[in-house]
Amino acid sequence: MRHTFSETLSGLRRNAGITMAVIVTMWVSLSLFGAGIIAAQQVNLLKDEWYDKVEVTVYLCTAKMSGTNCDPGQDITDQQRRLLRNAIENNSEVEVVHYESKEEAFVQFQKVFKDSPILDALTLEEMQDSFRVKLVDPTQHDGLYSQIQNMAGVQRVQDLHEILDPVFKVLAALQWGTIGLSILLLLAAALQISTTIRMATFTRGREIGIMRLVGASNFYIMTPFLLESLVAALIGAVCASGTLLFGVWFLIKRNSQGFLESFRTVDWPETLIAVGAVFGVAIVLSIIPTIISARRYLRV
Amino acid sequence: MIKFEEVSRIYEGQTRAALANIQIEIEKGEFVFLVGGSGSGKSTLLKLVLREFRPTTGRIYVAGKDVAALPERKIPALRREIGMVSQDFRLLPGKTVFENVAFALQVIGKPRSLIRKVVPDTLELVGLGDKSDRRPDELSGGEQQRVAIARAFVNHPKILLADEPTGNLDPDTSVGIMRLLDRINRSDTTVVMATHDWAMVDQMRKRVVELEAGHVVRDQARGIYGAR
Repeated sequence: MRHTFSETLSGLRRNAGITMAVIVTMWVSLSLFGAGIIAAQQVNLLKDEWYDKVEVTVYLCTAKMSGTNCDPGQDITDQQRRLLRNAIENNSEVEVVHYESKEEAFVQFQKVFKDSPILDALTLEEMQDSFRVKLVDPTQHDGLYSQIQNMAGVQRVQDLHEILDPVFKVLAALQWGTIGLSILLLLAAALQISTTIRMATFTRGREIGIMRLVGASNFYIMTPFLLESLVAALIGAVCASGTLLFGVWFLIKRNSQGFLESFRTVDWPETLIAVGAVFGVAIVLSIIPTIISARRYLRV
Repeated sequence: MIKFEEVSRIYEGQTRAALANIQIEIEKGEFVFLVGGSGSGKSTLLKLVLREFRPTTGRIYVAGKDVAALPERKIPALRREIGMVSQDFRLLPGKTVFENVAFALQVIGKPRSLIRKVVPDTLELVGLGDKSDRRPDELSGGEQQRVAIARAFVNHPKILLADEPTGNLDPDTSVGIMRLLDRINRSDTTVVMATHDWAMVDQMRKRVVELEAGHVVRDQARGIYGAR
């Protein structure tokens, strides 16, 4: 055992340069990988929250906001409003309807933008009454659409999916881009590890030859190599985890009282999942190339 | 102790057999010279005993094990029963004499207490008791070969293989190495020595197995180098 550890240490010293390269590559790639995982969880949180809140908003005509179904310069009439409410409530695709008056909308607006210069840009008169509709199944809305789209007094029907889906598509692309990039880098790290081992088997060829000759087990011969790459990968994983924890703290936790307050963000539990994944990947990615190249270059 | 049954070995990509239909039996405690020109198959025979590769056909028994059928994970156990000495010593330049010999025990997991006891005894046996702190480059060729023999013998293997152990040494030094191998043989270790050194063979009057182009052309008890 003592011999194994001293071999590992001297191996790390001998290959200090390439070991550093492995550590740095692992560090960067695992950080990206972990960031991708955290981002994926963040997107899921946002999806859950936003899709949960409201799905379809039916804006009603006002004197200032007119549309094809509006009488020009007129608010929606009470008659039209009643017909519309009945139509929505009786539609089988609808789960809940909530009526938001322009006063309520204005209060909400003031709350969201309380520290923002936009606050003064809109007046109560520019707010709209609306029906907020929650669907039974968020993907099923065609029936409701065709039914109310052209009803009198409907200024505009807005489906949240139309706005959010492209956003989430971009976010998903970013996520997968990050993870894909990190996989490329991780591949580079794995190749570095296998090259290191190949070089080490040359520089230590005589030693390994003697070990074989006197009957050292394959496992014994391989262990210092395994430990070497494991140590490098674990140092990389520790650095990457530090980067992730710092990143979450710096970008999210530190700002949680500010503008991020209005929606849910990832927290430590989500970060720990990413850290766990980072360590898992680091261990697998150091052990597998080591075993493969050791089998190739340390042959009996 | 070593038994070859109709063993042939053809190297990949070659048509001529390095060894053809070899039939030899070496008893426990025997001393055997393996003689023959370069390429006659001496080294191939030794490598087959060590299971560096399998025979193409035939069976080989070493220390009671069917070597050709031995699964890869059991090769280390086989090699722990065999000591191997080669022409070029193969010492580790960065280690002292003591460390070189101890290495053979360390890497098969022997405890330090045992190593500290056994290595000095073995160095004493090969006549290097006072040089255990030297490095290989501070030793003569003969002394280096003694270190290599100590390393091969330190675990008290049943068999000691020597591939031209005196090939790089002058005649006087070779006699010393020869005496050492003889002494190891008398401690009931089977010794197989491949050699070109006809003077040595003639002098020792041990069993001689002669190979020529992969065939055994002579197997003679108390033989000499050249005679048929």
